[in-house]
Amino acid sequence: MNTMSATIAHDHHDHHDHAEEAKENALFGFWIYLMTDCILFASLFATYAVLDHNYAGGPTSKDIFDLKYVFVETMFLLISSFTNGFAMISMHRADNSRTIKWLMLTALFGLGFIGMEVNEFTHLVLEGSGPGRSGFLSAFFTLVGTHGLHVTTGLVWMSVMMLQLHFKGITPRTSSRLLRLSLFWHFLDVVWVGVFTVVYLMGVL
Amino acid sequence: MFQSVLFGKLTIESIPYENPIIMGAVGASAILTLMLLGWVTQRGQWGYLWREWLTSVDHKRIGVMYLILAGVMMLRGFADAIMMRIHQAYAEGAGHGFLPPEHYDQIFSAHGTIMIIFVAMPFFIGLMNYIVPLQIGARDVAFPFLNSVSFWLTAASAALVMVSLAIGDFSQAGWSGYPPLSELKFSPGPGVDYWIWSLQLGGIGTLLTGINFFVTILRMRAPGMSYMKLPVFTWTILVTTVLIMMSFPVLTVTLALLTLDRYLDMHFFTTGMGGNQMMFANLFWIWGHPEVYIVILPAFGIFSEVVPTFSRKKLFGYASMVYASIAIALLSFVVWLHHFFTMGAGADVNAFFGIATMVIAVPTGVKVFNWLFTMYRGRIEFTTPMLWSIGFIITFAVGGMTGVLLSVPGADFLLHNSEFLVAHFHNMLIPGALFGYLAGFSFWFPKMFGFRLDEKWGKRAFWSWLVGFYVAFMPLYALGFMGMPRRLVHYDNPIWQPYLLVALFGTFLIAYGIFCQITQIVVSVRNREALRDKTGDVWNSHSLEWSLPSPPPFYNFAKIPHVDTLDAFAHMKEMGIPHRAQAPYAPIHMPRNSSLGVIIGAFTFNFGFAMVWHIWLPAAASLLAIIIAIVARASDEDVDYMLSAEEVARIEKNGASASAHNSAGSSSDLITQG
Amino acid sequence: MKKLWTTLLPLLWLPSAGYCSPWALLDPKGPIAADEKHLILTAFALMLIVVIPVIVMALAFAWKYRASNTGATYAPKWDNSHTVEVVVWTVPAIIVLILGTLVWRSTHALTPEKPIESSVKPLTVEVVAMNWKWLFIYPEQGVASVNRLVIPKDTPVDFRITSDTVMTSFFIPRLGGQIYAMSGMQTNLNLLADQTGTFRGLNTQFSGEGFAGMHFETDVASAEDFANWIDVTKKGDARLDRLSLAKLENPSENVQPIYFSSVEPDLFQAILSKYAPDTPNRLASRCITPSNLIQAQR
Repeated sequence: MNTMSATIAHDHHDHHDHAEEAKENALFGFWIYLMTDCILFASLFATYAVLDHNYAGGPTSKDIFDLKYVFVETMFLLISSFTNGFAMISMHRADNSRTIKWLMLTALFGLGFIGMEVNEFTHLVLEGSGPGRSGFLSAFFTLVGTHGLHVTTGLVWMSVMMLQLHFKGITPRTSSRLLRLSLFWHFLDVVWVGVFTVVYLMGVL
Repeated sequence: MFQSVLFGKLTIESIPYENPIIMGAVGASAILTLMLLGWVTQRGQWGYLWREWLTSVDHKRIGVMYLILAGVMMLRGFADAIMMRIHQAYAEGAGHGFLPPEHYDQIFSAHGTIMIIFVAMPFFIGLMNYIVPLQIGARDVAFPFLNSVSFWLTAASAALVMVSLAIGDFSQAGWSGYPPLSELKFSPGPGVDYWIWSLQLGGIGTLLTGINFFVTILRMRAPGMSYMKLPVFTWTILVTTVLIMMSFPVLTVTLALLTLDRYLDMHFFTTGMGGNQMMFANLFWIWGHPEVYIVILPAFGIFSEVVPTFSRKKLFGYASMVYASIAIALLSFVVWLHHFFTMGAGADVNAFFGIATMVIAVPTGVKVFNWLFTMYRGRIEFTTPMLWSIGFIITFAVGGMTGVLLSVPGADFLLHNSEFLVAHFHNMLIPGALFGYLAGFSFWFPKMFGFRLDEKWGKRAFWSWLVGFYVAFMPLYALGFMGMPRRLVHYDNPIWQPYLLVALFGTFLIAYGIFCQITQIVVSVRNREALRDKTGDVWNSHSLEWSLPSPPPFYNFAKIPHVDTLDAFAHMKEMGIPHRAQAPYAPIHMPRNSSLGVIIGAFTFNFGFAMVWHIWLPAAASLLAIIIAIVARASDEDVDYMLSAEEVARIEKNGASASAHNSAGSSSDLITQG
Repeated sequence: MKKLWTTLLPLLWLPSAGYCSPWALLDPKGPIAADEKHLILTAFALMLIVVIPVIVMALAFAWKYRASNTGATYAPKWDNSHTVEVVVWTVPAIIVLILGTLVWRSTHALTPEKPIESSVKPLTVEVVAMNWKWLFIYPEQGVASVNRLVIPKDTPVDFRITSDTVMTSFFIPRLGGQIYAMSGMQTNLNLLADQTGTFRGLNTQFSGEGFAGMHFETDVASAEDFANWIDVTKKGDARLDRLSLAKLENPSENVQPIYFSSVEPDLFQAILSKYAPDTPNRLASRCITPSNLIQAQR
């Protein structure tokens, strides 16, 4: 790139406008991305609805779901959304170290959620009720696992954000990203409420 | 053990040495690629190519790269087509053509996949990349870097399809890959995996493009450009992006479920164990039918730009056109079942989907009539883009008719899976999509490269394509009525053969059409000085892209125009409003090029290839590398710069091509530097 | 000479009478195929009302308003007309309305699972798609055949179809519309032949390497000839049971007809439930169609 010669000291006014516009575009674009993610989950829910009684002689939903366990798991995720909210408040107050601390707490609860999910999955696989056992279990593992994968991605993102906050502080860029991360995190909460209801609750009732 | 870590399922036997046809194709592609690479090296253009093209985040350059990709893949897809036609013409009775079934089956699967995903999609995405920001008075798209990533994902997956030629094989389960045939039990080879990963990775690229252009059109329009002042091409692209965003996630899921079946022994679509094969057909076409409109709507938009320009009139019924596009898009989500009326869903369901399909004919018909009434009382100039448009209207009417016929379930019971169906969808996609893209290509070529395309060769290409299309596909309609199913590697009915020979002749005419197009480009590049467009408004057209020099400077608009009316540029010309920005200029904020797009693309290719062959370690490493690249991008603060007002003034004064350094150059560099 | 004639006729686009025309879809040998052909022609005629004007207008406008014809009216600003708009929206809409009514009625009349009204007792044939051949089981007669379907004239035939392999589609063009054969599921097709003769049947859904060789001949015989055929077949000594079925499952194509003089009872159900282990036999015998599959499995 040989454009350095064309680069001059940033025009502050224009640059600020542009940054503001870019931030809004990014937020709007991210919203739109979340909508497409909604469709992705909707397809998985539909798949689950089609296959949820195809036990192929294997265990049924009543056999494998432990509502109490999943309730605790759900609480982890809901609390993490709550702590994430506190992180956002701290960010708006420009309190960098508190933002990082709240994010750490959020990540811990998220990690707890993932840990419980991995534990549930491991048990099922060891009992011979892995995803290959029946159409129902394939759909179950895939729907819940896709949500888990999203949460994991969120955790990686959160770790990167904590590092960025540590090194760069709260800048327009980092705060814009935190805003999107928090949207993502809440979105996963909403999806999980759907998973809890459709998969676990309706599976046991 | 060591070998399986390093190579997975890949062995030396995976390379089809013994097949002279494949090896010939591989050899020819390899020689061509080497010649190209050698030529670039000899001219010392690697640095230029890397800095100005491969790493570019400029929507115009990305657009041109998409067009090149579409062109290359079209040659491959067409080679498949001509092989199928030659084979079928000589596969009667004792004749067995020249292809064994396992090769023939790969060819028709690859032909469909390539033509839809790697020709039609990149072709219109290329045009929209170049044109949409110019039409709405924007300096770039909303997310320029993401645009580069999208392109490289598409290129990487196209490369994956090409590699399947030399290493392993491609899917033998048709372009729609219906399970259980595409399940491991019936297709144990790597072919289906190549199909899955190329569609999956390319699909993600397309989804990102959809989001990018949706945000661009919604948020980056010039001041004053309200929705009902959007150029019709931009409108159709807006509708297309909505279709992309709503349907591609479904494709992602569908392919992912098939992947899980094949890789982790799950049971979504398997025979037995609680799998449900009908679910695949439903999911696939919930994506697949909107996909048809994703490739056709942009062509409708192009016709809506071309027809008024060369009829020297305003577009008839602008509002009608817009509403019709929206109606088509909405309806395209409630018709998917017409792809499998014969699955036995019952009369009520079949009738509902049949009627919904027919309803689409109404807004589509309105569009056709509006183009006709745009021509009415005009002063029609038969330039190449206009010829493509008129050829389209007539041929598309025939295709639409056969389409409505197929939407009648009772009729479909006879015509389903027949050569009639093959003729029908080619009748929609060749005139409906490809003619549109080719019209758009010759229409906007002067804008992209600064000189017109040779008209004589353009018209030759058009007539060869048009006549070739009728000669190649009308016999297939007839064969459908004779009960000939699609995808036959061999048949024993001598009465079919003459028709297939006629169809083969038609394919040769189309081949001549393609030859004419290539010649057209070569001749035009040679005569570029005579064909030079100095005004920027070579066709005396109506929308904002024509208000800029051809090719436009890399920042597009020195000053963002203000839009008061529909057909903003025509209005400016009429009112004598100066449309070129005057001094004083303000500094312009520009994104920096980034090599991370190419890098992500390269690792995506690695990832796809490793997954196809079950080489887990490199697959994981590639995935990690992609994540690192994304984090690196997120940590880079130096992603943009300001272009000084003086520099803008200099470029505006001297014209884009006169600018001293490459980044201010133009896409015509691609040709003039050669 | 006859050979030349049969080759030339289709080239002249002339469906001809008196012998089996090559235009399979326009040469119905039964009421279902005849209705479906009629439906195609009716819909085709209706659509010409729109398509012919489009083509004529495209050519006429292009010619009349060519730039060199400066005598023609030129109205560069004319971009809207309520009359035209109303016409271009309503005319296609009316045609679609008519077609839609046609679709609703014909779809219900021709839906493949609907039994054909007739005074003759229907014949049941169980059809199994295999790699790459068709197995026909006659449960009432207790015989079976591969790649040769023999049915009596003027008798409704109730085909119960499933697949022992991938998704395929069962189609006898001259007798009427097709339906998919899918493993673990039963689809139904009702056809009737009103002329004797031998008609090609085939799979239209691509099913792998042997796809092109997956076809059979349908013999439509008189009632006596059919009874004779059953008798002759019963005199054979090949029995179709799980063992011989397993042998048949080996992939093969362009298979010459094979006849079985006796059939293990409920073999068809066994093939069905092989892929749908959840489905109790009680339900399986009640016919699992794709539309009620999910309910059936609950």
